[in-house]
Formats: sequence, structure tokens, C-alpha cells
Amino acid sequence: MSDTPAHSLADRTRLVTAGAKPVVGVHFLGSTAVFVLGEEELLFVDEAERRVPVHGGGILASTCDGGRIITGGDDGRVVESVSDGEHRVLATDEKKRWIDNVAIGTDGAIAWSSGKTAYVRTKKGELRKFEAASTVAGLCFLPKGFRLAIAHYNGATLWFPNAAGAQPERLEWKGSHLGVTVSPDGKFLVTTMQEPTLHGWRLVDAKHMRMSGYSARVRSLSWSAEGEFLATSGSEQLILWPFDGKDGPMGRQPTILARAESRVVVVACHPRQPVVAVGYADGAVRLVRVEDDALILAREADGQPVSALGWNETGQALAFGTESGDAGLLAL
Amino acid sequence: MPAPDSASKIPVTVLTGYLGAGKTTLLNRILSEPHGKKFAVIVNEFGEIGIDNDLVVNADEEVFEMNNGCICCTVRGDLVRIIDGLMRRKGKFDAIIVETTGLADPAPVAQTFFMDEAVGAKTKLDAVVTVADAKWLADRLKDAPEAKNQIAFADVILVNKTDLVTPEELGELEARIRGLNPYARLHRTQRARIDINEVLGRNAFDLDRILDIEPSFLDSDEHHHDHDHDHDHHHGHNHDHGHGHHHHGDGLKHYHDEEMQSVSIKTDKPLSPDKFFPWIQDLVAKDGPNILRCKGILSFKDDAERFVFQGVHMVLDGDHQRPWRADEKRDSRIVFIGRNLPEDKIRQGFESCVA
Repeated sequence: MSDTPAHSLADRTRLVTAGAKPVVGVHFLGSTAVFVLGEEELLFVDEAERRVPVHGGGILASTCDGGRIITGGDDGRVVESVSDGEHRVLATDEKKRWIDNVAIGTDGAIAWSSGKTAYVRTKKGELRKFEAASTVAGLCFLPKGFRLAIAHYNGATLWFPNAAGAQPERLEWKGSHLGVTVSPDGKFLVTTMQEPTLHGWRLVDAKHMRMSGYSARVRSLSWSAEGEFLATSGSEQLILWPFDGKDGPMGRQPTILARAESRVVVVACHPRQPVVAVGYADGAVRLVRVEDDALILAREADGQPVSALGWNETGQALAFGTESGDAGLLAL
Repeated sequence: MPAPDSASKIPVTVLTGYLGAGKTTLLNRILSEPHGKKFAVIVNEFGEIGIDNDLVVNADEEVFEMNNGCICCTVRGDLVRIIDGLMRRKGKFDAIIVETTGLADPAPVAQTFFMDEAVGAKTKLDAVVTVADAKWLADRLKDAPEAKNQIAFADVILVNKTDLVTPEELGELEARIRGLNPYARLHRTQRARIDINEVLGRNAFDLDRILDIEPSFLDSDEHHHDHDHDHDHHHGHNHDHGHGHHHHGDGLKHYHDEEMQSVSIKTDKPLSPDKFFPWIQDLVAKDGPNILRCKGILSFKDDAERFVFQGVHMVLDGDHQRPWRADEKRDSRIVFIGRNLPEDKIRQGFESCVA
């Protein structure tokens, strides 16, 4: 693939060694980059580097709202970390089952799942529980209203944790749905499937959208700043699905950028500009300008698959990590 | 980019067997031996009998159909999730053992390793090991389709609790097992006592090592492919189905399962890849639900390398293996194990693939 005459920012990267542990997530708490490691620790990086053990085993899921990081582990714990000196256990599964997914709502509520059970802890600290028919594979809050989207086998469920007795809304589509996301305007719900395809519903009428053509299972999704497109991994190029009209991607083609020989494995949209950070299976990280497909190299390919990418709130810093535990912080 | 080679993938052993056959006994035996290996164990009947191991994960055994209109294209959804989670702790274990429930069909487990790319990239299926109850298996083969599947699917079979049956009963049972699956390695055990090297590290699913199945291939010929013969040569380890004993009319008992059988075909004529691949793809597309497993070593015309492949139902996986050796006979051999296989059609189809 050609990175020429593209620019490289690789020399402006501060390298961080996460050790032999894979980096499974990266978030920012203010100006501090926080790398979530595959086992036990969060690695806080600003002027200094500090490792903080928060789980007694593998860390399976993480999310962040800018003020705190929520992690779920194979020790059955849900942990909230607000800084390198302050974290607390929010919940412990009584059978020590794996916490497979975590989510944070706009109002501060927290959700997690273990097996077939989804839990919500409201901002008042009340605990609610929902039993899905099969294992909960993905969770996310809707941007408006107090609703949780749950991906599972044969579809997704919209659950109102505060409306006791209200029937959860079922969105049906055959197959195993793994990840779930909702557009920032709350109009569309999209799942990643076991097959290399996405499925979507327009929530107002549950009309179906199929987004296919991938060479691998889609494992990473990211909404653009304005919500006008959804960036996706799973192909030897960056695939952007249009969500700017009332019909979303129905009957429309995706935008295809950043073609490469290696597969795109992680995507992260810039929080303000139409730029996407793209991580590849060969270890390369590129910044892609959506307007003209201009590419800037942020990390050179070295054969270590990229496993995490994250922007800070202003989009002036990009953090990345790999499956083999290399990590870096790039100031723009 | 460099794909992780086969050697760096974590091997996975699948333990199956009907209820009460001795799976958990075997599992605990494997774990307690002084082999210095660390295992991640994925179990289903959590807590029923204690598993003495650091890393034990409880699985829900969720079988998910793929959304491609194919009812036999199934994966174990829980395994996809658990293996992804376990990979965060890579380095804490050397191998994974999956114990299935007694009523489980092994196909979705095996297909998970072929159909889910993320799972297949990090792990490799080493072998399906089936524990059979010497006293009760014959009955279960009559009334439990799961038991028959587990035998037909196995790479390694432990005929366990041999102390509870007479030598005659044991011989009869082994012949029945051979009638279903002539290709598995068969071991007689009591209390699942066996050298763990006979169970782990078999590479039975590894295309690089498909040569392992050659001894049994060599026995199969054009005429007596789906029978086995009960003539007292059951002398234990690593001699499964050996010694060229295909002699019809010798007065020995032949077992033939009415429903499940195997078909083995061999030809010394080079095949045409342009004919073979469309044929096998069409065959598994139509008859895949009935084909439990298939394996083959192929010699293509004008191709210096052996091509090896295997499949589970409609899922096929194959690759060039290595150059043919100068002293090697370039035969193409293919075997199918399944239900109500259309043998004549398979035979004619394969023969029409000759270049």
C-alpha cells in the first residue's frame, strides 16, 4: 500500500510499554491517557506512568465517559476508576461469573452483563435486572431516555430499566448479534453479527438495514462527531456508512477509504473533525481525512495487530495499543 | 503481514461422551498428572464434580445458527466469547480443554474453530476425544443419536470401564464403534486411566499432520470401505484398524450401521482442481447436513504439492501441505463419515474429478 507522499507522525509518538499484556482498551481521563490491559491493570500515562491493579484477573470490557472508567473482569467485578489513586468496586457477581460487557448512560447510570443477565445501576444507586433469552453479547444506552439496548441471539432488546412492568421492545433478526451501538441522534440501532455483516434497525418503524461486504467479523464501530457516518472495521479498507438522512444507509453505498493490504481492526473517529484513526492487523495506524482520503501514518506496521485506539476529548491526542502490549501516545 | 503460524496457536481438546461415561474422570486425570502444563478448562456441568484447576470457565453451551440459511452451519456462541476473553490471559495457560455435556453434538464445537476467524486465528482444534462407557454404549447407540454422533466424530475414543464387561462384549462393542468410525484411535481404559499423550497434542485436526490418518487410509480399498470386521485383533494402542484384514467370506462378523457409515475412496489418477472443488462444494452444499466429517489427501495434476483438506458438515478447510516426495505414491484419498451417505453418487462424483 502507499503511504507516500503521505506524512508520518510516527516520530512524534511517545512510546509506552504495557508489558507483555495486550492492550484491550484506551481512554482519556482529562489529559491522562489510560490503557486498559488484558490482565488486572490500568496504565495511567501523562508526565509519568503508573500501573494500578483494579481486577484480580482478565479485564473483559471497558468504557469511559470522560470522568471515569468502568471495567468488567473475569473476577466477577465491575470497577469504577476516576484517577490513578481512586477506584472502587461497584458490583461483584455472587457466583464470580465473568462481567462480559459494560456501558455508561448519559445521566450517569451504569450497565453491565454477565451471562444472560443485564444489570443497571441507576444514578441513585438502585439496581435493576433483566434476563435475556440468551447470553447478552453487547450493551449500550440510548442517548435519550433511560433505555438500554441489549444485543443477543436473534436480535436486540430495548429495555426500560425504570419502567417496571413495561414490556421490553424486541427487534428481531435471525442470527447471533454480538455488538450494539445507537446513532447519536437515537434514530438507528446497529448490531455487529457473528457473520461478517452489520444489521440495523430504524427505531421509529423497526425497518431493517443490512450492511454487508466485509471480509471478517466487524469488531470495532465508531460514530463520527456529528453522527453523519458510522466507521467500521472488518475489511481491507475503512468502511463509512452514511447516517445523515432519515433513511440512514438504506439504499446507499458506503464510503470506502484507506485501502490497504492489511485488514482494518480498530477504528476511532476524531471527536470534532471528519478524521478517522484506523488501526490495522499489521500494526499500522493511519489518520484518514474523510473529505479526500488523505492519509497520515501514526504508527508503522510491525506485524503486531492494533487492539485499541482512543482520542482525548479535544482530539489533540491519540492513544493506541497493540495485542502484544506496545502502546503509544501521539500529540497532534 | 505474518499470520500466526500453527505452532503458536493454543491447542484445544474437546472431550465428549455420553452421560456417565467418564469425561470428568478423564479431565481430572489430565489435570492432576505431573506434566507441568497449565490448562484453561471450559466446563458445562459446573460444580457437579469438582474440577481441580486454576482457570475453570463455566460455559452455557449455546449453539447458534449462522444467518446464512444453512441449518448445519452452527457455532458455539459461548466459545466465541470465552476464547476471546481467555486470550487476555494468554501466557497463563498452554492449552484449552472443552468438556461438553453428555448430550452435546460435537459439530458446533468443531465448526466454531473453522467458522469464527478470531477464534481460528488464536487457537486450533487439536482433537475430539470421546469417552465411551463399555457397558452401556451399545444401548446408547440404539436409542441416543447424540452418542452415535460423538463416536462418529471422534479422533480418539476411550472405551472406558472395560472392567465391567467380558472380553467378548468388549470385542463386540469395539467392532460396533469401528462400524461407525474406522478412523479414530481406540483405547481401552478403566477409570479413564491413560497416558495423557494419547489424548492431548494429537494434532488430529491439523492439516500439517493429517498424515496421521494414513494408516487407516491404507487399509481402505475400493470394496470394503464401510464395514469393520470382528476378528480378534484388538490389541490395544495405536493399532486401530490395521493389518489389511479386508477379507470377505472369512466367516467373521461384519458390523454395518444402518444409518451411519463411512465411505472411503482412493484413486491413483491425478485429479483436476477445476473439477474437484466445484464437486466437493456442491456435495457438501447438498449433503452437508448428513456428512459429519470428511478428510482427504489429494494429488492434483501438474501440482508438485499434496493438498490436504477436511470438513465438518458444510464447512471445508484445506491447503497445500508439502511437496510430494519422490518415493511417494501420488494417490488421492478421501473419506466421509455420515448418515445415509449417497455412496454411489459420492463415488461417481469423485471419479469424475480425474483430470
